[in-house]
Amino acid sequence: MLRLEPRGGRSPVWAVASPILAMALTVAVSAAIFALLGRAPGPALYTFLIEPLTSESGPPELAVKAAPLILIGVGLALAFRANVWNIGAEGQYTMGAIFGGGLGLAYPDAPAAVLLPAMMALGVVGGAAAAAIPAYLRTRFNASEILTSLMLTYVIQLLLIYLVTGPWRDPEGYGFPQTALFSEAATVPILIEGTRVHLGVALAVAAALIAWLLLQRSVFGFALRVYGQAPRAARFGGFSEARLIWATLLMSGGLAGLAGLIEAAGPIGQLLPKISPGYGFTAIIVAFLGRLHPLGVVVAALVLALSYLGGEAAQIDLGLPSAVTGIFQGVLLFFLLACDVLILYRVRIVRRAVKEAA
Amino acid sequence: MSFQLTSFLLSVIATSTPLLLAATGELVVEKSGVLNLGLEGMMLVGAIAGFAAATQSGSATLGVVAGGLAGAGLALVFAVLTLTFLSNQVATGLALTIFGTGLSALAGSSYVGIAVAPLPPILFGQNALVYLSFIMVGAVWWFLSASRGGLILRAIGDSHDAAHALGFSVVGIRYLATLFGGAMAGLAGAYLSLAYSPSWAENMTAGRGWIALALVVFSTWRPGWLLAGAYLFGGIMYLSFYVQGLGLAVPSQVVAALPYVATIVVLVLISRDRARIRLNAPACLGQPFHEAG
Repeated sequence: MLRLEPRGGRSPVWAVASPILAMALTVAVSAAIFALLGRAPGPALYTFLIEPLTSESGPPELAVKAAPLILIGVGLALAFRANVWNIGAEGQYTMGAIFGGGLGLAYPDAPAAVLLPAMMALGVVGGAAAAAIPAYLRTRFNASEILTSLMLTYVIQLLLIYLVTGPWRDPEGYGFPQTALFSEAATVPILIEGTRVHLGVALAVAAALIAWLLLQRSVFGFALRVYGQAPRAARFGGFSEARLIWATLLMSGGLAGLAGLIEAAGPIGQLLPKISPGYGFTAIIVAFLGRLHPLGVVVAALVLALSYLGGEAAQIDLGLPSAVTGIFQGVLLFFLLACDVLILYRVRIVRRAVKEAA
Repeated sequence: MSFQLTSFLLSVIATSTPLLLAATGELVVEKSGVLNLGLEGMMLVGAIAGFAAATQSGSATLGVVAGGLAGAGLALVFAVLTLTFLSNQVATGLALTIFGTGLSALAGSSYVGIAVAPLPPILFGQNALVYLSFIMVGAVWWFLSASRGGLILRAIGDSHDAAHALGFSVVGIRYLATLFGGAMAGLAGAYLSLAYSPSWAENMTAGRGWIALALVVFSTWRPGWLLAGAYLFGGIMYLSFYVQGLGLAVPSQVVAALPYVATIVVLVLISRDRARIRLNAPACLGQPFHEAG
């Protein structure tokens, strides 16, 4: 029989070892799932996890997929530290794309030096505005931000569909539900010639570094860390819970909005009814796998970006549905949460006899 | 299209039943002190399992049973992680939804576009799950308010340490409650894929699991109010479909957003009364339990 004994503190070893163990277990379960689906596990795992990196375009594509995950994941890591459960990042991402993208569509001929920064700023505003609603409802009316932020995601998704099928539809788009392409000035520039690596990748890494400094060096970061480890102590210390809720929701929303704008005005190049393969939800896993640490998020985002590339490869080479990605992500989070028990507890195997003696 | 009261009521029953089934299960789970946010995932898995079993066997009854079992199966994963391995319940619930969405999409990829014989009516043109939803909400009301088992369950939800000290198996009873909630969510999913729109489509729950979660808060954990809330929201959902069909000048997306906006509004109206929430919410909701504290 297994028994959990409290360690009396956090194990620094397991805080790092737990995600590694979780990834190993996820790979093992993935192999079993491939076998169940009638594919040889070895080659299937190779297709899913290694092949996407071997081609010349592999690593740059990984960076492109990781960029939005880093931006959203960094924000969520800060929010989750304060026990603020913003799970509507998908909606905030979409709102950022709508706000910033709308500007780019309205003034396609404005100079790039003005237009693109303004679009990015509006993307941040859009995402933050979408997150401000749950923040207001939580601090003013005590309404769970979990449910309000998620419900808003559905509403914002419908708003995007309305815009691209209605007022913003490209009149020369043969009736397809899509806007015109963003002009050159409204497009996020490519950083490395010959790849799709764009400015957003650099911005994502910069955001992670800034968030890390904020967490380590500022009073706000200190409040966040205290609040995450000992909420009661934080309250006695005079940190306002309402301000923390506002700050973390606005930051995570703003970063998600920036990610949405960059994705729309970068790799996608226009607004479509669907502009995300679930980045806002995957970023939740990224935040946890990255130990709610901004730099950990960067590493975790690369792992989960690989699951998207692997899903595409599995679709093309193995004829499997791209839903394999979702299963891989879900299993990874399951194992991660289970392995995290080892940070606070040690597992002892006890014989039944012990129970009788007691 | 003329408005007919009978057909309106029948349609509202159809939209309300899955909400009522899923929310009734979650109410019991939350009363035991466990917060399972994975309703959406369990409903989706229940929907595809029910649909697959019904098309393979030709028996809708078998489909319903499979849907309930699949929901309970996914809930078991949640229970092992949160109750045995003491993982964070919010995060684990989200993982359950992500996993359930992926699993149902993978399992359902070969069932898209197939039709199935819908669940047959048993009385007054309504199928067994409709009656079951009423029976279950009544049974849960009786169980929680008048039975010894319900008293123990509520005690565990309000103070797991005290209940443990009295010798009740906190973890064991929470396992049972979680499995019950999963089975009910699975049945709700099976209702969607076998009766509401007899077919399978990816993400066919469209947020109903989350609306059911909001309903539990709306009811302030009381079965009678849950019944009223489920029918209120079922009514709103049906009206949004009905109005979309009228071809008004209003964009259909505005009307389609109605149930989600209504959920937020209702949630705010209920939550602002902090005293009432605190009076009725299980005190240990979402907190992990370990014998050694």
